[in-house]
Amino acid sequence: MALLEVRNLHVEFPLGRKTLQAIHGLSFALDKGERLGIVGESGAGKSVAAFSILKLIAKPGRIAAGEVIFDGRDLAKISDEEMRQIRGNRISMIFQDPMMTLNPVLTVGTQMVECLKAHRDISDAEAKRLAIAKLREVKIPSAEERFENYPHQLSGGMRQRVVIAIALLTDPAVIIADEPTTALDVTIQAEIMGLMLDLCRDHAVALMLITHDLAVVSQVTQKICVLYAGRLAEQGPTRSIITQPKHPYTQGLIKALPQQNEPGARLFQIPGTMPTLDDVPAGCAFHPRCAFADELCRREVPEPRPIGDHRVACHHAEKVASA
Amino acid sequence: MSDSQTLLSIANLRKQFRITADSWCGGGGQVVSAINDVSLEIRKGESFCLVGESGCGKSTLARTVMGLETPTSGTIAYGGTRIDDMNDGARLPYRRRMQMIFQNPYASLNPRMTISQTLEEPLRFHQPGLSDSQVRDKVVTVMESVGNNTSWLSRFPHEFSGGQRQRISIARALMVDPEFVVADEPISALDVSIQAQVLNVMMDARNERDLTYLFITHDLSVVEHFGTRVAVMYLGVVCELADTRTLFAGPRHPYTQLLLSAIPKMDGSEMTHDRMQGEVPSAMQLPSGCVFHGRCPHAKAVCKTDIPALRDVAGRQVACHFAEETG
Repeated sequence: MALLEVRNLHVEFPLGRKTLQAIHGLSFALDKGERLGIVGESGAGKSVAAFSILKLIAKPGRIAAGEVIFDGRDLAKISDEEMRQIRGNRISMIFQDPMMTLNPVLTVGTQMVECLKAHRDISDAEAKRLAIAKLREVKIPSAEERFENYPHQLSGGMRQRVVIAIALLTDPAVIIADEPTTALDVTIQAEIMGLMLDLCRDHAVALMLITHDLAVVSQVTQKICVLYAGRLAEQGPTRSIITQPKHPYTQGLIKALPQQNEPGARLFQIPGTMPTLDDVPAGCAFHPRCAFADELCRREVPEPRPIGDHRVACHHAEKVASA
Repeated sequence: MSDSQTLLSIANLRKQFRITADSWCGGGGQVVSAINDVSLEIRKGESFCLVGESGCGKSTLARTVMGLETPTSGTIAYGGTRIDDMNDGARLPYRRRMQMIFQNPYASLNPRMTISQTLEEPLRFHQPGLSDSQVRDKVVTVMESVGNNTSWLSRFPHEFSGGQRQRISIARALMVDPEFVVADEPISALDVSIQAQVLNVMMDARNERDLTYLFITHDLSVVEHFGTRVAVMYLGVVCELADTRTLFAGPRHPYTQLLLSAIPKMDGSEMTHDRMQGEVPSAMQLPSGCVFHGRCPHAKAVCKTDIPALRDVAGRQVACHFAEETG
């Protein structure tokens, strides 16, 4: 059985008379030690998916339907008290901006000890020993000194390492990382992603990596979900999603990357922009931007269906795949 | 050095920012050295890219070129005429010939002006003799040339997405028919599928109008696609300057090598790390000698004492004492 399984998840935000569907029927599974990438543009619902697993969606947003099965329990139904036992303990989260995640008026050490003592019944001395060991594990030099530092005394890359160390403190089964390297420079991004990859492998931690960067996802994960306007567009093994995309949106995203085009030539472009959630077109949400769209696409929402080892939400996936 | 093809030439440019005041008894305040002795030339028709990580001085260089900052020392010449020491009146014609596109299209458009007001303003300022109908015709022509719908003109910036706003910013820069456009990270705030759209608009404008670009970015895959020549900056100095193809075929400066190896690839390889030691030093206390020596795997004693000059090696310019050996 999968470690974490999301089944037919619907998340909605009531907004006056309207209700915005932020996530519409998303399903995926994550096995122990497996690495999954959630890819999409801003507003596609990537972060909402992550937040709803941890029940962190801001009110009035709510999980309208669906199940989030973790360790045999449905997280969508358990009490807040039970959820606190899981959040930050069995499932940890890493956010985009480490300066927003760390408390600026507490030392790194205080924050780490606080996290450990919230979930374990241990002494201060033992918590400090564990925390410093974790700082070493994420390759922070002179860990004892950094333990006493405030976040502003560390560089962006070091802060993100501290955040990773905190996420790993309680030996979680799953880490959800929401754009963990977007705020960092390329060379630091390569270090942090490499580090996360090693740590997940060494500790058999499952990783759910949320990003808009297809290249990063292709180097770190084993499978990918591509989201568009709150719905699944395509999911499958990373290699084959990158090399043989079967949804026109996935194809377009990959073809539009400069490294996939002849230097100096006009880039392939997907026309238009992703619709906002209050203005999702009828039928397939992607149809106004799609070269394959026909009457059927304008009328009927395509349900994800298996094609090879992918699941694709497109009426014309066979035609797209061979195009 | 400069021939008729050179459009912009920067010589020994330095820019320092004072971040604390001098003390009243005469002691010096703290100084950030953003640009340290940069010399480079941009030829007519080029798409010259400037790459580097945050804090390397690439945006400061662009702003200094545009006259938004005054250099601490050194000179900037445009079309053979020195422009950095001009007074505002003398500089005015150059402000028309040189335009800028900024990174954040949410901050660079005035929220209280309609798109047509935004586009008309530079034209009315630089060419006050034009009639209203001439101005309006020009606005429509430019909007259409970058593929923007002219129905946008009566609307306000908040009604547009990031990519649309950036295309409006491009249109604004093109309103006065510039020769030279500085684009400071024009696509990094945009979504992947929109980045391609905006890059295409910029490339079309280059082909139709014979533009010269100074394109600032941290995204090397965009450089490889868009740029003709590229300068890699690190802590306020240019460490390697080459034709784009030469650079990507075989970087010589250890920092360029590191930067290229850090680009995530889509060839099925896995992310690796620990290629680099340490972090970027502070621009307030520059390292002695080569600014990169603290992180460089090839650093020797001489790198800690002598600043390497930019010199010709293997068909490009490299600022490294051991450029012959790093290939």
